Amino acid sequence: MKALSQKRRHPLAALALLVLGLMLTGGLYAVVTTVNEAKADTTTFTAQQVDEGEKLFVANCATCHGVGASGTDAGPSLAGVGAAAVDFQVGTGRMPMQMQGPQAREKPKQFNADQTRELAAYVATLGDGPALPEEQYIDGKGDAAVGGELFRVNCAMCHNAAAAGGALTRGKFAPALAGVSNSHMYSAMVTGPQNMPVFNDANISPEGKRDIITFLNTIENQGSPGGAKLGSLGPVSEGLFLWTAVMGVVIGFTIWLTSRTS
Amino acid sequence: MTSTTQEKYVPKTSTGRITDFVDQRVGGSGMLREFGRKVFPDHWSFMFGEVALYSFVILLLSGTFLTFFFDPSMAETHYNGSYVPLKGVEMSVAYSSSLNISFDIRGGLLMRQIHHWSALLFVAAVSVHMLRVFFTGAFRKPRELNWVVGGVLLILSMAAGFTGYSLPDDLLSGNGLRIIDGVIKSIPIVGTYISFFLFGGEFPGTAIIGRLYMMHIMLVPALILLMVAIHLFMVVIHKHTQYPGPGRNDRNVVGYPLGPVYAAKAGGFFFIVFGIIAFVAATFTINPIWNYGPYDPSPVSAGTQPDWYIGWVDGALRLMPGWIFNIPMEWHIPLPWGVNTLTLNVLIPALIPAGLVFTLLFTYPWIERWITRDDREHHVLDRPRNVPTRTGIGVAGFIFYCVMWAAASSDLIATHFQVSLNDVTYWLRALFFIGPILGFIVARRVALALQRKDREIALHGRETGRIVRLPHGEFQEMHAQLDDYKRYKLVGYESPLPEEGIPNENGIVTKTEKRRALLSRLFFEDRVAPATPSELAAGHGHHEAIESSDETKSVEH
Amino acid sequence: MGNHSDGTPTSSDAVAKAGHEEVDKFQDPGLPPHRLRLADTDPKAAKRAERQVAILFGISIIGTLLFFFAYFGIRLDDTIATLRMQNLFLGLGIAFAMLGIGTGIVHWARALMPDHEVSEERHELRTEEDRLAAVQIVDDIVEETGIKRRPLIRNTLIGAMALAPLPAIAIFRDLGPLPGNTLRHTLWKEGERLSRDPDGTPIKASDVTIGSAFHVIPESLNSLEHGKLNEKAKAVVLLMRLNPEDLNPSAGREDWAYNGIVAYSKICTHVGCPVALYEQQTHHLLCPCHQSTFDLTQECKVIFGPAVRPLPQLPITVDSEGYLVAQSDFHEPVGPSFWERG
Repeated sequence: MKALSQKRRHPLAALALLVLGLMLTGGLYAVVTTVNEAKADTTTFTAQQVDEGEKLFVANCATCHGVGASGTDAGPSLAGVGAAAVDFQVGTGRMPMQMQGPQAREKPKQFNADQTRELAAYVATLGDGPALPEEQYIDGKGDAAVGGELFRVNCAMCHNAAAAGGALTRGKFAPALAGVSNSHMYSAMVTGPQNMPVFNDANISPEGKRDIITFLNTIENQGSPGGAKLGSLGPVSEGLFLWTAVMGVVIGFTIWLTSRTS
Repeated sequence: MTSTTQEKYVPKTSTGRITDFVDQRVGGSGMLREFGRKVFPDHWSFMFGEVALYSFVILLLSGTFLTFFFDPSMAETHYNGSYVPLKGVEMSVAYSSSLNISFDIRGGLLMRQIHHWSALLFVAAVSVHMLRVFFTGAFRKPRELNWVVGGVLLILSMAAGFTGYSLPDDLLSGNGLRIIDGVIKSIPIVGTYISFFLFGGEFPGTAIIGRLYMMHIMLVPALILLMVAIHLFMVVIHKHTQYPGPGRNDRNVVGYPLGPVYAAKAGGFFFIVFGIIAFVAATFTINPIWNYGPYDPSPVSAGTQPDWYIGWVDGALRLMPGWIFNIPMEWHIPLPWGVNTLTLNVLIPALIPAGLVFTLLFTYPWIERWITRDDREHHVLDRPRNVPTRTGIGVAGFIFYCVMWAAASSDLIATHFQVSLNDVTYWLRALFFIGPILGFIVARRVALALQRKDREIALHGRETGRIVRLPHGEFQEMHAQLDDYKRYKLVGYESPLPEEGIPNENGIVTKTEKRRALLSRLFFEDRVAPATPSELAAGHGHHEAIESSDETKSVEH
Repeated sequence: MGNHSDGTPTSSDAVAKAGHEEVDKFQDPGLPPHRLRLADTDPKAAKRAERQVAILFGISIIGTLLFFFAYFGIRLDDTIATLRMQNLFLGLGIAFAMLGIGTGIVHWARALMPDHEVSEERHELRTEEDRLAAVQIVDDIVEETGIKRRPLIRNTLIGAMALAPLPAIAIFRDLGPLPGNTLRHTLWKEGERLSRDPDGTPIKASDVTIGSAFHVIPESLNSLEHGKLNEKAKAVVLLMRLNPEDLNPSAGREDWAYNGIVAYSKICTHVGCPVALYEQQTHHLLCPCHQSTFDLTQECKVIFGPAVRPLPQLPITVDSEGYLVAQSDFHEPVGPSFWERG
């Protein structure tokens, strides 16, 4: 029995390891950058980082966001968006944008962690904004049940109750949340990227955000007790599966049943 | 009645003794003589009625298990079962007991999944069965009434599914109920009252789950059982239909006797259906209520949809625009006692498509009978290609349904094919009108083309894929002639001609008759007549070379 | 094969004739000759089929054992992984048990039981004699009751039968209370604080930054003893802050917002789903159920989808402590339309 259960857990263990790795890098990253500083504060970044960041900005971002990040027709001003916005947008590869579209899509990152931090350092000097998340709030050790309630009220209508994502108007969408690092989840909540509303600390407290992240980690790690999840998309994927796979098998059996043996 | 005064019959085998024992007490020998060797035709497409019946039996079995643990109360409680992400959350007893079935009762989750998967399969099998009956013309005389019973069963199966869908009182089904409440409230005059009576006051109230539960476990299954009994009784009276073919006609049934072959196959098939459902329930999650959370009127999840069989109505609600060219679809009607609201943006999509589909479904046998004036009994089925217009009508209806069905998943189509949600809706709105017309035309043309192919094969044989060069240089593909049995399958069908309107006793062709003649033309004008023996004989003259080359083939090998 | 007639009505005169000429029709050749199966002729094949059937039944036995093994052998320890495994093996056990029996029996029937197709005559549903007799009997019965000759009896009977089911409808009257004007009122009233869903803590105007969306319930909701969900179903509100110049209030509604903070009912005017999807850049609200889209900059006018009416706005202001409060209840019923709405 024991051996069987271990065997069964095997692929999940790999998944858990992956998530753990992601969490660890996120956590480590947070430790290195902002040691327990919630406010937008340039002091946590070195002057060298700011300088390097400005160079990167001028070379890669200023075309759209303008010199000094004051904004152009192609991109908004970045004054006051904060380091967290850079952490999310650049850290998930959404920025620099490949092309103008309904919304920036996640794609392979163009900058490494150091460069992202330098860009964040520069943008943080432009005006007060949300700082990088504190490590204590992204450790995924909050209360999953409270987080679940907050998630259903504040997030599920766009991201789906099982965080599988959903459609918005005119080609925009709320992405699925599996595989998103805790620090990016936190940054997204405080900065409200693209069309996502801002959830400031007065709306959902940092502890509440921690609970939400815990909830998301929990449901992602545990998987479904009933077997394959079919994308967690609800009755549509269930109906589609029934009409294709199950009906196909049933028809296969009816044909075998009524055919003649040779 | 066998003569009992004769000397007593003593069975010799042990099975014979048991049979005789039962017979002497319940008198089943007459029935056994009638049914024991009753012949059933065999075809895979005949099995969907059985799939539906077996799914229903599985539903009864798994549902009974679930009733032992489910508590339909809407009283508030705090969850303290073993599912961590919901610990301590406020919820109804109904939801809490559903979670307990899933997480704390061994096999409970499996039973829930078996129950839900077989519910989906039940309605799907009923639907496929009805499509088969429609496209093969099995609803024709004398089976019209059984077709109606089947239609009632389809509605009942949807009712059974819907009442069950709402029972766990989770967020998904609660929002579904809220949509139903909104639709009910749109009914003129009585809507608000029906809503208040149904929910025992304002939505959501504390009564609805208990009331739906009663309907789900008693009223609807009892009605289904009654209808199934009538349905099967009529099948026995009519005997099964059969596909056309050599040796099959309206006066006989060709197939395997009930005992042993057919009974073994049909009985074995129950276990197969059960096994398939158990396998799917073991490996694929269905309705993960723990994801949705307890019902609360404030939250909602992206991708809120009903189960597939209600999807088309939900899709119709999505397709209907609230404003058509700046005309609002909600009218405020001034009446002597005040202004009343007519909510057409809800009423039209909720009632018209479903009304249209079910009215046509129930009346179609009589509509076709009126057009064709065909009063004969039919026991041999039509191949769909041989009745192109009916096939076209069926395909048009199917597409009409599917467009609404697709509309119910417009948001998922948008996210998964990376297109705009709004564009999906615009396209489906257009397809809602164009799709059925295109479907009718294309399906009818395809059916006629298939008839032509049949005719070609019947007269000239099938293509062998062998090319030979004739002495004068021409290349020809060899055709192999069919044997008489195979050929009869292709040519043995009726192909009526359109009919002119028939004058009544006063010699006048009435307007109704003219209309009937028009429809008859629509039905039968485009036709491909079945091949005839004289055509075949004429054809043989042309193709002697080919027939002889068939012989050379055997020489070559 | 250029000389093949393609079967179109125009190109073949035989086609036009067919249907009239019953004579020129292929005759039914009768049932095709019976084809023997391998197992009918080869005893070895029959023996093999027999073994296969037995193996399938054996698989079924193993499946049943697997079920018991999973039921008693796998201990649930409150983790999802063990539950998933138990569900898997319980289900597979039943699946093998059932499929083994099913496929075994069917294989047995296909390979070993006689497979001669039998032709059975259909009996007529009824004889012509019965048919006449039945019609006659019904006619006689109707005649003997005299119902056609005595219209008074007939009409009063119809009247009585039409009325008799009415009590069966009326008796359901007590299923619920009459609507009254409950649909026109919510918990909101002058001075009622806006509070966070679900914990009910009040919200200060300064908490609501631009781009924020708060899910709001009346502060007094959580202290309700009864009917909490009923009140919540009407009272939920979405609170958002825009640049004040993005709002275009109509006459009489200029002071319903506070510093660009607006509160709208979250209940869709279509069929009542929560319209909770706020796009903070386009200022659109989207209903996830039927995709009605409301434009916040035009007082939540419908710009797409099946809804007709804009979402009702809750007039708000701040109290002396800086908390957001309602100025009054909604000025119109929230949620889907109903006949008496007006």
